[in-house]
Amino acid sequence: QPVAGDVLEHLEQLALVDFRDAEGVERLRRAIQFADQLHEVNTDGVEPMDSVLEDRCLYLREDDVTEGNCVNELLKNAREKVEEYFVAPPGNIPLPKLEERETFRQGS
Amino acid sequence: GLRQLVWRFQVSAALKEGRVTPTELCQRCLALIKSTRFLNAYITVAEETALKQAEESEKRYKTGQPLGVLDGIPIAVKDNFNTAGIETTCASNMLKGYISPYNATVVQKLLDQGAVLLGKTNLDEFAMGSGSTDGVFGPVRNPWSYSRQYKEKSTPKSHSEDEESNWVITGGSSGGSAAAVSSFTCFAALGSDTGGSTRNPAAHCGVVGLKPTYGLISRHGLIPLVNSMDVPGILTRCVDDAAVVLGSLAGHDPKDSTTIQDNFKPFELPSLPDVSKLSIGIPKEYHAPGLSSEILALWSKAADLFKNAGAKVIEVSLPHTRYSIVCYHVLCTAEVASNMARFDGLEYGHRSDVNKSTESLYAATRREGFNDVVRGRILSGNYFLLKQNYENYFIKAQKVRRLIANDFLKVFRSGVDILLTPTTLSDAVPYGEFIKEDNRTRSAQDDILTQAANMAGLPAINVPTALSERGLPVGLQFIGRSFQEKQLLTVAKWFEKQVKFPMIQLEVKRHNHDVFQHQKSASFS
Repeated sequence: QPVAGDVLEHLEQLALVDFRDAEGVERLRRAIQFADQLHEVNTDGVEPMDSVLEDRCLYLREDDVTEGNCVNELLKNAREKVEEYFVAPPGNIPLPKLEERETFRQGS
Repeated sequence: GLRQLVWRFQVSAALKEGRVTPTELCQRCLALIKSTRFLNAYITVAEETALKQAEESEKRYKTGQPLGVLDGIPIAVKDNFNTAGIETTCASNMLKGYISPYNATVVQKLLDQGAVLLGKTNLDEFAMGSGSTDGVFGPVRNPWSYSRQYKEKSTPKSHSEDEESNWVITGGSSGGSAAAVSSFTCFAALGSDTGGSTRNPAAHCGVVGLKPTYGLISRHGLIPLVNSMDVPGILTRCVDDAAVVLGSLAGHDPKDSTTIQDNFKPFELPSLPDVSKLSIGIPKEYHAPGLSSEILALWSKAADLFKNAGAKVIEVSLPHTRYSIVCYHVLCTAEVASNMARFDGLEYGHRSDVNKSTESLYAATRREGFNDVVRGRILSGNYFLLKQNYENYFIKAQKVRRLIANDFLKVFRSGVDILLTPTTLSDAVPYGEFIKEDNRTRSAQDDILTQAANMAGLPAINVPTALSERGLPVGLQFIGRSFQEKQLLTVAKWFEKQVKFPMIQLEVKRHNHDVFQHQKSASFS
């Protein structure tokens, strides 16, 4: 059962990763098919499990500053920066639609 | 001579007595790394810093004040742990050139004990895989491919054809660490274990691979795959060494709130372990389809060993075992989708030249930085997390997870102390054969015996057991109760003593093509 085109596009927008080609789309289809086996299991009355440590209290430390002041170290690994800012291209511009993107579904 | 100093405790004694110095040891290991470069076990060799650390260690030994048993001991760390000042790549283009600004807690702990960090080991990209074949630096070769034991059993071909086409995989994803320990280039290595990534290569490379209980060892600085299942793994050549390394790593870390707060007491294993009062469970579902008859026979022999020693050996059932891979598939991809979101090119790592918008920068960066396996898992994970799928896939998988964990609880509550299972379905396959199937299929096949322990957060260990008909290592797995590592390792040590797994007879070519044999005695004292 193939995955709908609008779902594929939605996934690419959410994941900010593209399928690149038909193989990628097929990989997803097989992954879903594989996951469908879960529905064979009867889970009536079973609570979902987030963590194996669910019976323990999470450690909370005092709200004191214990480290920091490492701006230079943190900026070292960024390629584009200005003073103490990471530089990004303009935001609030949605990803171009499927048809407009040059690399979608073509090997790059 | 130095060649006999295989086990850490022998080396520690030798260092203390001055029979060998930390610098000599370090240099020997660095030289061995160079002559075994064809294994591709290391991504980065930190030669300068290692020698400096060795020098510091030597000063301490000279004044009779070593930091502890790990002082001066050469170790290697899987390249998904942050190491300050040293490149950390996760075998991905996304992090090529990324120099960690800090040490992972486990790395810091080892360094604080005086361990000498030789380098970062190779893995599947972002620890996704079961072969250590899918990283950008190429596959890791199993050292046993170059052992006399394997060569003797290979069908005769021309000498050069043998080496190049017949080499077998290490398993994964911590294959580099397993190969590094197996080939004697270090005394212990850190791996990670999310679905079996420490135990699987341990089995294929004939070394001890310990997956500790989730929450025992800090994950701070371990680049995460699945936050609710990841643990740092320990690879050594004997169980006693694993206990020592565990002792230096375990315990609460304020920087990782998923570590438990109980006080951890490092332990020493009894020199004569006794298993006669234990109950060993044999889960029938681990007789999985595809399990080789060889391993089945070894498993049965192992059960008999325990019986003859007076232990109670009973068959038990973990009915949801066969769903653990499917469950893992959904939970893993979902957590991966979330964890990989941090790689956007702005703060660190690869950054695309695409500059039109933030979104297109992110998309291009991630397309360029991640391989198909990683991208595939991100997309699958996002699919399972879509509003229309969340309940049916993600929540469903979380419920199945509870069922799997409960299976173990029931068995342990019924009086069983330790479970005995195979670790892998077969011995290591040749690389050419392994890559015929895609990563997800392979992982699904190979993780089947190891994954459930991660699902339930339980401690588990691979102990090298015997050589297969092809002359390759086969291991068996012990799974214990939560936080009962002492009992688990005691049983593992007893078993190790019983089976007397043979030492690898590694044949390493020098560049003038002479075969240099490392003579090693099978036993040592």
